[in-house]
Amino acid sequence: MTSREQILAKVKSSQPDWRPLPPALTNVQNALSNPVEEFRTVLTNIGGAVIEVDSYEAIAAYIQQEFKDKKRIIATIPELSMMPELSGTIETGWENQDPHSYENVDLAIIGAHFGVAENAALWITEALMHQRVIPFICQQLAVVIRKTEIIPTMHEAYARIGNDEYGFGAFIAGPSKTADIEQSLVLGAHGPKSMTVFLLA
Amino acid sequence: MRYTNLLYLPPLNNDYMTVGLFIPCYIDQFYPNAAIATLNLLKKLGVDVVYPTRQTCCGQPMANSGFEHLTQGCNDLFIDNFSQFDYIVSPSGSCVLHIKDHLHAENNEEKATEVRKKVYELTEFLTDVLKVEQLTASFPHKVGVHQSCHGQRGLMLAQMTELVAAPYSKPMHLLNMVAGLEIVTLNRPDECCGFGGTFCVAEEAVSVKMGKDRVSDHLHNGAEFITAADMSCLMHMEGILRRQKSNVKVMHIAEILNAQEFN
Amino acid sequence: MNTGTKDHAQLSDAFNADEARVNWHDETLWFVRAKRDKAAHNIPEWEALRENASQIKDNVLSNLHDYLVAFEANAQANGIKVHWAANGAEHNQIVYSILQEQGVDRIVKSKSMLTEECHLNEYLEEKGIDVVDTDLGERIVQLAKEPPSHIVLPCIHKKKEEIGELFHEHLGTPEGMSDPVFLTAAARVHLREKFITRKAAITGVNFAVAETGEFVVCTNEGNADMGAHLADVHIACMGIEKIVPERSQLSVFLRLLARSATGQPITTYSSHFKKPRPGQAMHIILVDNGRTTQLGRPDFRNSLKCIRCGACMNTCPVYRRSGGHSYHTAIAGPIGSILAPNLDMKQYADLPFASTLCGSCTNVCPVKINIHEQLYKWRQVIVKEGYADPKKTVAMKAMDFTLSNPSVYKTAGKAGRFVLKHLPFVVSNKLNLWYKQRDMPQPPTQSFGEWYQQNELKNIKKHNNDQ
Repeated sequence: MTSREQILAKVKSSQPDWRPLPPALTNVQNALSNPVEEFRTVLTNIGGAVIEVDSYEAIAAYIQQEFKDKKRIIATIPELSMMPELSGTIETGWENQDPHSYENVDLAIIGAHFGVAENAALWITEALMHQRVIPFICQQLAVVIRKTEIIPTMHEAYARIGNDEYGFGAFIAGPSKTADIEQSLVLGAHGPKSMTVFLLA
Repeated sequence: MRYTNLLYLPPLNNDYMTVGLFIPCYIDQFYPNAAIATLNLLKKLGVDVVYPTRQTCCGQPMANSGFEHLTQGCNDLFIDNFSQFDYIVSPSGSCVLHIKDHLHAENNEEKATEVRKKVYELTEFLTDVLKVEQLTASFPHKVGVHQSCHGQRGLMLAQMTELVAAPYSKPMHLLNMVAGLEIVTLNRPDECCGFGGTFCVAEEAVSVKMGKDRVSDHLHNGAEFITAADMSCLMHMEGILRRQKSNVKVMHIAEILNAQEFN
Repeated sequence: MNTGTKDHAQLSDAFNADEARVNWHDETLWFVRAKRDKAAHNIPEWEALRENASQIKDNVLSNLHDYLVAFEANAQANGIKVHWAANGAEHNQIVYSILQEQGVDRIVKSKSMLTEECHLNEYLEEKGIDVVDTDLGERIVQLAKEPPSHIVLPCIHKKKEEIGELFHEHLGTPEGMSDPVFLTAAARVHLREKFITRKAAITGVNFAVAETGEFVVCTNEGNADMGAHLADVHIACMGIEKIVPERSQLSVFLRLLARSATGQPITTYSSHFKKPRPGQAMHIILVDNGRTTQLGRPDFRNSLKCIRCGACMNTCPVYRRSGGHSYHTAIAGPIGSILAPNLDMKQYADLPFASTLCGSCTNVCPVKINIHEQLYKWRQVIVKEGYADPKKTVAMKAMDFTLSNPSVYKTAGKAGRFVLKHLPFVVSNKLNLWYKQRDMPQPPTQSFGEWYQQNELKNIKKHNNDQ
């Protein structure tokens, strides 16, 4: 008998009588009255920054102002990467390199499908990352999301994801962090040291 | 339930309940005052209380050590002593919880089930059965309340801080009826004192450290007395207080609810 | 961990030699428990969430066979290679054979308590494989040649000065430097070099979805992702109990996990791995290692609901004052004490007794495992199987005899003699361990029974005679 057969046989003979799945939680009282406000508060609490903007031009201006000393900036959002104002700022043609080569990306600007108010997590699949490692390896991360795409809780989040097809997807909430040394919170463990979320009107 | 909200009324002749007083072994032998206070308090509240003199122990010390299979003798004796009463009341949450969770009979499980249903810890009995809303006790002191774990989490005498649920506390509800008494606020309202039965010697170092920490929370917050619905926790903390030569005393909640001390 | 024959009581006695350090350890973990409380109280439906999670896990355990088969088929359809390991040794061999196939001798590994349980690092090092733990806390204990002392906070027992010394020795940071921000920055440089140069990455698994064949890995640091997305080979190791039926149920568990663990609303990264990236090989190893045995124990199978949040450790007054290493097993604390006896009842016979049965663990548990009730039940099993101290058995039999016979009890019990003899001061202990740091209760002049006889019964008799 292979280990597979052995394990499965033992599971079958050991598992208790069938118990039904509970109905999905209803009456989630945390259906927040103002998801955008909650998202902003939570993201700020976990070390992220929220910038409200009304256009991609405003994002471009912000990047040119705040990240002007950054050498390597990449974006996966066509509205930004194709923007003439950013042509000297944002690198083009980076998408198909060896993932290790992104080690020196100073700032990655990517999109998200939606954000979750209760925990400030943004759902991003690899279609929006172009390369899976991008949101993790960059020194600083910026994410663009429309205000209308902020939903209250994780229950709505998975309802929204549904049966979507993806090879890789992640909820990302704030910058990389650790508190392993005496519970002192330090931002920028391995990944991004900061996370800026552009909330687009 | 035939008897509610009676204060200082003598037992009615026919239509009254009888209560069996269950005094755990270590209270019997070391803290008779807690037992006397329990008896007097119940009598004062008009309850007909009987102390079956052939009682010994609930069997918890053996069961918690892994020897539940040796407790049948204790169980049978307990059932013999107490099955005749309408209620069984005890000034120890831990012993009551043990009976509620683990009392079984070899031959008459129905009887054991009945006993398990009618055993009450004192403050639970006062709050839920007698529905006491006032007391004439007076105890003008600052008191720290130790929420003993078995009473709190096992018998749900008080809401625990772990749960997202409305707070309440039966012991504190009663203590608030005592004139002059001030309950001190603790930094950790419901942390274990570290007694734990045989744990107190089997794991001596941690047990003592837990006891010291619990005591120091009460001391730092200005308690003159530490009270609880469980004498075993108090015995443990008393051992530490006395070793520290502290003036702070432990006192079973029955003694405070029965106190007539005036400034 | 090799602790010789020392048990929890002895190891925690040693831990308590430095009281200031015990205070620091206790307060640090209590701070985490307080953060958990705050996060939980922010969710009005918290208790309903716990109940829901618990019921989902009930369903998982009752239908595990079919879920495992479905997960395997779906994962394979996604292009993931699925392996099955009956025990730790087989798990380790599978990992090694994958590395050998790829010709890899240096790897990175993110946190996986399963690999701790299987002692994978020791095994691979013997085979000449260089393993770098990339979770900061795990890297610290790895450099210190110690096992993690907590499943979520691996080096919670270490002071920053000790970490500074370790980094000075191994990473070349300046001597005496112990600022957490500085040390974390040094670790970042050190570990990013490892991520860039290692061709294989091992990760744990927090949840595996039967319906889709994907698995979820949660970290705050991003180390699992850095490893997995840069490596040519990703090996994910999971216990067979990590299954959830459907993707949508991840909502319940992700709401509970980080809040219970650290009080965060969610971990920074909740990564859903469904398919290998083009050109990458992705493996999953499904490990039994005693889990099916535990599944077959009706009193203890609920322990398999555990999602490894560590909340029971943070709340445990014993864990906080004895440290994770006193449990001498990969998973410390209350949950470890109900898992370990399943693996080796003799070696871990002490653990179910390392508790006051206060019950706090059961009530913080996000999947409502009745931990303290299982501790009580393990005590009964361990005694019945003959792993109790014979002296204790004799003492307990004497106690049973006395307590079953009221007349013997009364003779024994005049003013405290019985209690002094049996309860609980001197049971099978030559030295009186109560008295070492605590005063004895003062025996009163008479017991309550004697008082009652003298006062009440006489009064009653007198009353009856008068009438």
